Amino acid sequence: MTTVAEATPGEEGTHSPYALSHLDALESEAVHIFREVAGEFENPVILFSGGKDSIVMLHLALKAFAPAAVPFSLLHVDTGHNFPEVLEYRDRVVAAHGLRLHVASVQDYIDRGVLKERPDGTRNPLQTLPLTEKIQSEGFDAVFGGGRRDEEKARAKERVFSLRDEFSQWDPRRQRPELWNLYNGRHAPGEHVRVFPLSNWTELDVWQYIAREGIELPRIYFAHEREVFRRGGMWLTAGEWGGPKDGEDVEKRLVRYRTVGDMSCTGAVDSDATTLDAVIAEIAASRLTERGATRADDKLSEAAMEDRKREGYF
Amino acid sequence: MSTITTEELPATTLLRFATAGSVDDGKSTLVGRLLHDSKSVLADQLEAVERVSASRGQEGPDLALLTDGLRAEREQGITIDVAYRYFATPRRRFILADTPGHVQYTRNMVTGASTAELTVILVDARNGVVEQTRRHAAIAALLRVPHVVLAVNKMDLVDYRESAFAAIAEEFTAYAIELGVPEVTAIPISALAGDNVVEPSAHMDWYGGPTVLEHLETVPVSHDLAQCHARLPVQYVIRPQTAEHPDYRGYAGQIAAGSFRVGEAVTVLPSGRTSTIAGIDLLGEPVDVAWTTQSVTVLLADDIDVSRGDLIVPAKDAPPTTQDVEATVCHVADEPLTVGHRVLLKHGTRTVKAIVKDIPSRLTLDDLSLHPHPGRLVANDIGRVKIRTAEPLPVDSYADSRRTGSFILIDPADGTTLTAGMVGESFASPEPVQDPADEDGWDF
Repeated sequence: MTTVAEATPGEEGTHSPYALSHLDALESEAVHIFREVAGEFENPVILFSGGKDSIVMLHLALKAFAPAAVPFSLLHVDTGHNFPEVLEYRDRVVAAHGLRLHVASVQDYIDRGVLKERPDGTRNPLQTLPLTEKIQSEGFDAVFGGGRRDEEKARAKERVFSLRDEFSQWDPRRQRPELWNLYNGRHAPGEHVRVFPLSNWTELDVWQYIAREGIELPRIYFAHEREVFRRGGMWLTAGEWGGPKDGEDVEKRLVRYRTVGDMSCTGAVDSDATTLDAVIAEIAASRLTERGATRADDKLSEAAMEDRKREGYF
Repeated sequence: MSTITTEELPATTLLRFATAGSVDDGKSTLVGRLLHDSKSVLADQLEAVERVSASRGQEGPDLALLTDGLRAEREQGITIDVAYRYFATPRRRFILADTPGHVQYTRNMVTGASTAELTVILVDARNGVVEQTRRHAAIAALLRVPHVVLAVNKMDLVDYRESAFAAIAEEFTAYAIELGVPEVTAIPISALAGDNVVEPSAHMDWYGGPTVLEHLETVPVSHDLAQCHARLPVQYVIRPQTAEHPDYRGYAGQIAAGSFRVGEAVTVLPSGRTSTIAGIDLLGEPVDVAWTTQSVTVLLADDIDVSRGDLIVPAKDAPPTTQDVEATVCHVADEPLTVGHRVLLKHGTRTVKAIVKDIPSRLTLDDLSLHPHPGRLVANDIGRVKIRTAEPLPVDSYADSRRTGSFILIDPADGTTLTAGMVGESFASPEPVQDPADEDGWDF
């Protein structure tokens, strides 16, 4: 929400009155990306997990097409191990904006015997097949993801418009150069394009934007008391998904989540940040990256993200 | 430098910049130091780098591992593609396009420079200006990157001598000005020792200028709008057709150059129809005026035919439309571009069929000489081309507008991005067009 008054020169005196603040610049760029996709694709979909990045994506899409409705549907890859607060949030947001929600269910694939539960219990790698089959069966030609290049070194190489072949595979060596803001969305039938409107955002940008825009989030992002246990150096939420095992002790702690994902591999951090300001202060001072602090699946190998992305993961 | 606090966060702007330098000029070390000394490398990332460095038997952490993200890059110890890095100080946020230095990756430097407001070109103080330096300067000039920083690195290896720095700075600046680079800032540094990168050097009293980071933090990021032709490529037509907004018809797009205000007379190209701006919505909020890189929705007073691909411009400042585009291009695809090639051309929000009519010359970046009628351009070649388009396009000279003077060529068969194009004369530095009427009526 830029106004002329807000855009007056900063204290430094080095900024022209027409220089956008970094959040305004990122917002404008993301909106441009949404509108390019709306203009060039037949059947786009927004990946929506109920996590902060996808929530910001949806907020930006709402602004991009106001006062008209968002011309995209939503797709949630449900691992079956989701936080109940997040599912409740998801359904409420979908209803509030009159959007259509597609769900690709990992549990369904396990029940049918197509996918097998992994010995370590994490379901994140299992999301790839339901996601890619849903993309094919619904004929989605553009799939918005909330991935940010600052998250992980393989993602630092990702394009804003990222072509995937008919097997949804990413080949980092065959990426199209991305010049100026001239995004190339050409693709053959069966191929699709992954689109990352938040490519240039950092975790802190996302939080600052949430604060500025007053965007509501699922409560698990704020400090709360929760029954957790220690595994692989992380606090995991106890639950029917399979934790804790013998020898893992449940305790009640004051925690919050920095990312939202599958309960089996998304860790909570000790925190007393109950407000947006407190969360922002905590992140600005943190010496750990978001993924380093809370994601077990990225630690599987040095190239875990690159390998999963090659297979079609978001 | 202090840790960022919440109070300091809101007033920041964003600077996009690119780095260029040969393999041994210390580019990775500079990038690593900028990230490290601005406290943008977090503990778990550093720990991972230390772990891998140790497992390879290296003594200290190899900061290049922070920037080489792909398996193949780590295996070969080289950078094969542009990567984007993010860091912040209390004054500004930065997007760094980290581009490989190899000659064969000219296209990657073009990619990085296309969105950059500033380029840092590294030279080794012992070697001075070499062929690769001239090549990087030429690309920065070609892409019209507004600010160029010459970082004279490894000053520690020339005893921090002022004369060594001054000679290189003088030679480079003279060359860059000849190319039409508008501004050069030369900084003597040692990326390895940390001199003048983030902290001022204790070894070079004779240098009174800014450190690299200080310069990045203070360089202006926006253009003088009064000297820009206003341009709005229409991306999408917003028509809610709801009870609340039965007649709303808005033309959505990101302002590519200049500014627009309510009440202004405008022309829609290529049709040439005219109207007046009845309203501007800035993401849902009505405003009186909007300017470059804001994404807006414009409402017109008359019900005229406007659709995606059109360009809205001030009635008094419309570019010519043409079906014959002459441009300097950088070929970015592995398959060559040849005379007679049928392609798609994407300019702004419009994609049209086109044919390559002629390739009059290929540029040799080392000495800026022209090789006449090469017949084709291969990957990383820069050359002049003449293109005939199936429909008229409103193109500006790239010298006037990086956004409406640029285009890409696309292979219609498989969608490959073939070529990056810049309309108009190359390496020319024409006087900016100034319309005195533009100065009137501003009420900020």
